[in-house]
Amino acid sequence: MPTERRTRPGPAAERTDVRKTYKLYVGGAFPRSESGRSYPVYDARGRLLANASKASRKDLRDAVVAARKAVSGWSEATAYNRGQVLYRVAEMLEGRRAQFESEVAGSERVTARRAARLVEQSIDRWVWYAGWTDKIAQITGGANPVAGPYYDFTVPEPTGVVGVLAPQESALLGLISVIAPVVAGGNTAVVICSQERPLPAITLGEVLATSDLPGGVVNLLTGETAEMAPWLAGHMDVNAIDLTGAADGMRTELERAAADNVKRVYRGRESDWTADPGIGRLSAFLEHKTLWHPVGI
Amino acid sequence: MTTWEYAPAPESRDTAGLRSSYGMFIDGAFTGGAATFKSVNPADEEVLAEVAEAGPADVDRAVTAARTAYDRFWSKLPGRERAKYIFRIARLIQERARELAVLESLDNGKPIKESRDVDIPLAAAHFFYYAGWADKLEYAGLGPGPRPLGVAGQVIPWNFPLLMASWKLAPALATGNTCILKPAETTPLTALVLADICRQADLPPGVVNVLPGAGATGQALVEHPGIDKVAFTGSTAVGKEILRKIAGTPKSVTLELGGKAANIIFDDAPIDQAVEGIVNGIFFNQGHVCCAGSRLLLQESIADEVISSLKRRLKTLRLGDPLDKNTDIGAINSAEQLARIVELTDAGDAAGATRWSPECALPDRGYWFAPTVFTDVSQSHRIAREEIFGPVLSVLTFRTPAEAVDKANNTPYGLSAGIWTDKGSRILWMAQRMRAGVVWANTFNRFDPTSPFGGYQESGFGREGGRHGLAAYCAH
Amino acid sequence: MVVESARDDAPAGVDAQQLRRTLFGLSGVDQVGAHARAAALATRSIKKDAKVWALRRAVQMIDLTTLEGADTPGKVRALCAKAQRPDPADPTVPPVAAVCVYPDLVETAVTALRGSPVAVASVATAFPSGRASPATRLADVGDAVAAGAGEIDMVIDRGAFLVGRFNRVYDEITAVKAACGPARLKVILETGELSTLDNVRRASWLALSAGADFIKTSTGKVSPAATPAVALVMLEAVRDFADRTGQQRGVKLAGGIRAAKEAVRYLVMVKEVAGEDWLTPDLFRLGASSLLNDLLMQLTKECTGVYSGPDYFTLD
Repeated sequence: MPTERRTRPGPAAERTDVRKTYKLYVGGAFPRSESGRSYPVYDARGRLLANASKASRKDLRDAVVAARKAVSGWSEATAYNRGQVLYRVAEMLEGRRAQFESEVAGSERVTARRAARLVEQSIDRWVWYAGWTDKIAQITGGANPVAGPYYDFTVPEPTGVVGVLAPQESALLGLISVIAPVVAGGNTAVVICSQERPLPAITLGEVLATSDLPGGVVNLLTGETAEMAPWLAGHMDVNAIDLTGAADGMRTELERAAADNVKRVYRGRESDWTADPGIGRLSAFLEHKTLWHPVGI
Repeated sequence: MTTWEYAPAPESRDTAGLRSSYGMFIDGAFTGGAATFKSVNPADEEVLAEVAEAGPADVDRAVTAARTAYDRFWSKLPGRERAKYIFRIARLIQERARELAVLESLDNGKPIKESRDVDIPLAAAHFFYYAGWADKLEYAGLGPGPRPLGVAGQVIPWNFPLLMASWKLAPALATGNTCILKPAETTPLTALVLADICRQADLPPGVVNVLPGAGATGQALVEHPGIDKVAFTGSTAVGKEILRKIAGTPKSVTLELGGKAANIIFDDAPIDQAVEGIVNGIFFNQGHVCCAGSRLLLQESIADEVISSLKRRLKTLRLGDPLDKNTDIGAINSAEQLARIVELTDAGDAAGATRWSPECALPDRGYWFAPTVFTDVSQSHRIAREEIFGPVLSVLTFRTPAEAVDKANNTPYGLSAGIWTDKGSRILWMAQRMRAGVVWANTFNRFDPTSPFGGYQESGFGREGGRHGLAAYCAH
Repeated sequence: MVVESARDDAPAGVDAQQLRRTLFGLSGVDQVGAHARAAALATRSIKKDAKVWALRRAVQMIDLTTLEGADTPGKVRALCAKAQRPDPADPTVPPVAAVCVYPDLVETAVTALRGSPVAVASVATAFPSGRASPATRLADVGDAVAAGAGEIDMVIDRGAFLVGRFNRVYDEITAVKAACGPARLKVILETGELSTLDNVRRASWLALSAGADFIKTSTGKVSPAATPAVALVMLEAVRDFADRTGQQRGVKLAGGIRAAKEAVRYLVMVKEVAGEDWLTPDLFRLGASSLLNDLLMQLTKECTGVYSGPDYFTLD
């Protein structure tokens, strides 16, 4: 159980754990923070779980660059292909169930049974979104019967780079519920993970890194939300921001900063992540493009 | 060879039913205000009318009226009944079309042929289209039981005064919201006739309120805590200001902002139609169009040919009296806008671009600017980057489709784009890569109530028109 | 026909490949855009002096036409009288440009019009279908010219054009042009059978390249005949041809133009598309019959201020 620290060494015969280092996940790689900073992560009872990397605004900047670089490849992949890649992620999540259960239990102070249920729901949520990649255009797009000799149709397209303030409470199901709709729509994501419950996020990063998801499509930063969020909200090369994990006191400031490049702001909130998510989040990060062409001979 | 000059063919000004003063429209009644402002005919600088200016107290009254109408009546009315009111408005616009067209041209300066053939018919069409949605919202793909947001504050620009009012009001009413519309300071008159039309339609008091005024009125409306939704069409700078003001509030917002669209002409384009598309793209409505094709991107191999065809075509444009049925280019809407156009075109000269205009006598009075083409323009010039919002075209060239894409997308805006080529697969390839909400291929500046319109990036968010236009006014 | 097609493959008067490349190198025409442009031009409001000028100029541009199996010398003589003095009540109304008849009636028309400025035009080349041997078609031209026709309205072989035997069409036009001698040649494209505006542009360019003095829309026997979009494309063709070669060639619209209002709209199109230079009977014609009386009726209205009626104008 890699995330459990024992207060005393075990008997000499017992094997000593190889502990895991939790780093950032940026551009498909696992760097430490360029600042060299880390911060301790505790479980709900106050026991140290790990030292997590404490990302800086420069790490955030690097993550945006990585996310921007990944936009063309990911958004231009066929919807079928994106669906396959995302489904493959779900398969790999399934294989790491035990690890996620342990991390969720540690992070969220829930019973093992409850943690197992949350992990199942997380995986199912990912599968649900994976199936949307090649369907959403048929739900939100369509042909427009204009009054003239033109063929006119509307298609959804990804917004681009989406900044995501992940839920602070729900360390895995909440996280997946905010990331999956962003990437299923063809966007790339820069995610500021739950400040106090970051460990499942980094494990998710390990899953993503070993899946077929191109590097940079999802970038995961751990550290202080309040320190990084304003930089994310104000970044001129970020197209949209999901405020779900933002504290009430900082939302106004973040929205103001987001206005500088007319970011699409999704005013998400911590909510019952087990409920049917609907397509609200999926739609929030899509643009609709309408193409006209004359009909003639 | 005798030359054949068209005789003046002016539309009668009397048709406009112009009055010397106009009140604001609150709670079903026209009332005066503490202050007034003058609306001026930009074609001759004559004062058309005194118009009541809505102050903060008027905004308050309007919000109360709209809230009351929403709570007590409009939000409870079945969709099929709402629809009939909106159908009535559509019909009344058709019945009063000539009056509205002449009034629009007087107040805005746009050619009567455009107000008559584009603005007014499209305004009626928008109401017709959305009227039919009112009792079909369950089928709009907005999720189960779409609900109205409440009271909408809507701030619109001066370039298509009645049409923009229709784009705002029709979907808001169809979805069960009540509205407070703030028309632009320089073009309030047709919105006030529309208010009268709402009255003729027996629309219940408070469902639609019209508050004339300048920026302060709009700001008071946007910031009023009693509104649930802000819809704004106008400049990107003001759009950002609105976003900052409503930050942290529960207000919903949609924005339709500026643009700097690329109109891309490939060497295999249907050239004569492309030239028409260029002209329509930038000289329609004096270029006072957020989706105007203000950057012409020509494939180098045909650049000279297209520019010479374009210049020949521009020599046939007729600039002058907006009420003359043969006028192609009307007046610039205001002295302020004219000053901005002059400033930016001067910057074009200073940057070393080559300016050309057809020989074209400008009237002595009023605000006028000749159709202008800049060649030798670089991507870095202000005239290639900033929205001029006037009859000014900046011409750039490209060599390959990829270069055209890069240049077209090299802007913080993303409202529209034009693509001209006879090759179908290239159209779709280009269209996929345009970061723009509306892409016109082998046509330009086409609008229809069924067709969603709106921007990417700093051109705003949300769509107007079509099923997508409903989403802007529903909780979902 | 087999013999003909074999001849096509051999080197002919024009390089077939070169001609094909030229025609397919022409810019395409977007039908919707062309229709929109034509419709926009039709919204021009022509009033007062400008209208009177246009009505009178339209009279001068008319090829007053009768092309019926039932035509007789008497009918043609009546038409010639009308052509010279369209409105007996108003001697200031100018004569029309030409009278257009079948070849066998050219002589009658020449006699009737002797001493007048009105030209005699004859259709030829097995009008209207053109479905006869090249020899017969040329003989038809020879007859008309010999009888004194000053203008020849030929039809192209639309079948050959539609299957891409452009050189065959080209060679035939040059042969007819040679047979015309001093007579002016109008080449009828029969645009109603060409189907697309791309074809109209190619056929226009082909005819102009082969030496047509005028390109003409229609025989009047096929519907649609002259349409605003077709006129637009043909006017663009002569404009572009003049740009390329410096030679100004004419356009003749024929078939279905009956109302003065339509004629005025076409003059607007001529002015704004080809240019003011084309507002002359030397470069623009309207092939028509009943149009003339409507022009006269509208002219009378403009002069008297009162709406007139058909009983006040002669049938022919």
